[in-house]
Amino acid sequence: MSTTNATSTGNDSHGDGHHDVSYLHPKGPLWVTLWDWATTIDHKKIGVMYMFATTFMFFLGGVFALAVRAELFMPTQVNEAGEIVGQLFANNIYNRMFTLHGVVMVFLFIIPAIPAAFGNFLLPLMLGAKDVAFPRLNLLSWYVYLLGAGVAIIALLGGGIDTGWTFYTPYSITGTEMHRQVFLMTMGAFILGFSSIFTGLNFVVTVHKLRAPGMGWFDMPLFVWAIYATSLIQVLATPVLGITVLLLAIEQAFHVGIFDPALGGDPVLFMHFFWFYSHPAVYIMILPGMGIMSELIAVHARKRIFGYKAIAFSSLGIAAVSFIVWGHHLFTAQTAMANAIFSALTFFVAIPSAIKVFNWVATLYKSGIVFNTPMLYALGFMFTFTIGGVTGLFLATIATDINLHDTYFVVAHFHYVMMGGAGIALFGGMHHWWPKMFGKMYNEKAGIAGFIFVFIGFNTTFFIQFLMGSQGMPRRYATYVPEFTIYHQISTVGSWLLLIGFLIHLFNFIASLRNGKPAPRNPWGGLTLEWTTDAPPIEHNFHHEPVIHHGPYDFEDVVPPFCDEKDYPLPAPLKPSDKKH
Amino acid sequence: MTTASPTSSKPLYHETYKHQEHWRNNEDEFEGAKLGVWLFLTTEILLFSGMFCGYAILRFFYLDDFTAASSHYLNWKIGALNTGVLLISSFTVAMSVRASQLNKQGQLMINLLISAICGVIFLVVKLGWEYGPKIEKGELPGAMFAYGGHAGEYIPSTSDPVFLSIYWVATAIHGFHVLIGVVLLLWLAWRAGKKHFGPKHYTAVENVGLYWHLVDLVWIFLFPLLYLV
Repeated sequence: MSTTNATSTGNDSHGDGHHDVSYLHPKGPLWVTLWDWATTIDHKKIGVMYMFATTFMFFLGGVFALAVRAELFMPTQVNEAGEIVGQLFANNIYNRMFTLHGVVMVFLFIIPAIPAAFGNFLLPLMLGAKDVAFPRLNLLSWYVYLLGAGVAIIALLGGGIDTGWTFYTPYSITGTEMHRQVFLMTMGAFILGFSSIFTGLNFVVTVHKLRAPGMGWFDMPLFVWAIYATSLIQVLATPVLGITVLLLAIEQAFHVGIFDPALGGDPVLFMHFFWFYSHPAVYIMILPGMGIMSELIAVHARKRIFGYKAIAFSSLGIAAVSFIVWGHHLFTAQTAMANAIFSALTFFVAIPSAIKVFNWVATLYKSGIVFNTPMLYALGFMFTFTIGGVTGLFLATIATDINLHDTYFVVAHFHYVMMGGAGIALFGGMHHWWPKMFGKMYNEKAGIAGFIFVFIGFNTTFFIQFLMGSQGMPRRYATYVPEFTIYHQISTVGSWLLLIGFLIHLFNFIASLRNGKPAPRNPWGGLTLEWTTDAPPIEHNFHHEPVIHHGPYDFEDVVPPFCDEKDYPLPAPLKPSDKKH
Repeated sequence: MTTASPTSSKPLYHETYKHQEHWRNNEDEFEGAKLGVWLFLTTEILLFSGMFCGYAILRFFYLDDFTAASSHYLNWKIGALNTGVLLISSFTVAMSVRASQLNKQGQLMINLLISAICGVIFLVVKLGWEYGPKIEKGELPGAMFAYGGHAGEYIPSTSDPVFLSIYWVATAIHGFHVLIGVVLLLWLAWRAGKKHFGPKHYTAVENVGLYWHLVDLVWIFLFPLLYLV
């Protein structure tokens, strides 16, 4: 039934099977193809454009990070001759560098990277849909992203800002010279918020309304669950950032004083508003990464995921708890009672996060692990994310946080969660879905080499920062006492290793695009729907509307589609006597 | 769906409307669009909740001053007039949805136009009777505050500029939403003139209606908080 339906609707728009070609197939001469991409409402093209844009932003933010690390290689000192040594940039340049690193990485890279790039590309494929619910809104969200990024880059070129990515008042609304850039940067964040809301809204409706026939909520891949939870946060939290940065921009333009103590306003109100968005936002960053993890672990260990429902509900649990913990960013700025409540609530976040990690580990038990790049990234994630998560508990404890507040311990913690969690999952996912996206295989050896550099470089850069922070090295300072020199130098060397790792990946992907081996439809033996279509997928995703016959992780029962049975032998059927438990 | 209506030779847009290709049927598309708009309205509520939260905190800080400032600077009669105007428009918007469900094209058009006119009246009252005189008298937010008071009758307190900040920002953001709503209602009226809406297809009427109700609802909260308490 569904087959005849799909064939008729698949052909009636252009009538000639025009949609059976790959979505990457050029539409004609270069300018026609470019125009086609610029006006496309195809979720796959929009996802790929997001991927290139966020990759660019990642390297841009990375340049600022390298600059920050380079400045910190030596402490700034005055030698016997009275000369200043060990200083690469003036202090106000340094302040701009770490601010821009934060703003670019948070708003332009990590928030859109997984949901907008991978979510756009994969969500409809995994659900067996032809597109997202509102394709034109999707294109609008892409252009709104470009507009917001453009405004932010103008602010950057106009001299940048030095407030830190948190734009705390009253500092961000005083200072005459910085006015215009803070105004532009906050307007950029306001615009980017719309892009994020549109994407999230689109995905929620898509998950509700466009699942393939036969796909119940618990037949959805866990990546979809994670993206769904993320989208709910995007829809529910981003408007609060919207009003916050809008008020900040109004404050800049008209001095209305809502956040300005000199005019009777309340700067702590700004902190609460800001973190009411920005704490959930860290789950916007990490949840999709956890979704990728579930796919990588199950597919590359070829085992039914352990605790499917626990993982699915823990995504929603994280989304729910994320809204009631923002006060832990303000332990030094609120009452003892509020501190106690927020501290207690913060511990709850650890529960769903730990449920996920334990389930992944349990999935690996007695499985057939394949040590390829995606799997190595998945294993690396468990290592780094667990360190990041556990150190979060140190910071949730008021007594330790009062000491660690605004030190490198905090910097190390959130880099272990953001970069060691979301970032590493993103690179694993990129390798995992690269063959599907572009129809080309990447070089596995180069991928593994890149992983080794990234993993070692990452831990070298950031683990030492826990030690520095616990000894009192404050964050955001352009210099330090000489005792910290060796720590900073190790950290800086680590940042170079990271750079080497990312460049290996970058060249590996470029080489793959130029002359990679053609990818089979299902190179890893995955069971989710995206592996049943061509690599790269055809314009309308599927030749026939897919119908669900098995779960996304039934590796024990099903030979993966388009795979040889001898590569993926099913276990021998159990004898009745073994079946007792 | 393909049978033409008996009164016209050519089938009308709303009678032959076919969903976009990626939806399975018209009903799914309608439901999906409605869910999307409800989610969007949630974001709107959260956006305004920032203003309400700021209001609550600052009112808590300056309780007596806010009460005095509210009755001095704001005229509840103007606020009540605007409340009445918006309530009428909410009713006519609901009627326009009903009219498209019943295929009463004339009623649909009239209700949409009345709603849009109500929105315009709201904005004219707001700009002409409130914003204009306030700018003249210097009843402005924050650092721009330049109000001298009536020769000893009322002495502005130091927190009056903050009250006016909340008033100006909240009502300006709300007024912007009304403006968008008027544009959307006129767009609907234009499409209704081309007979785009009927019992089988009235997605846009329904969804703009939802948006308009929310804009009214926000005002229903702003009015007592700013003008009355």
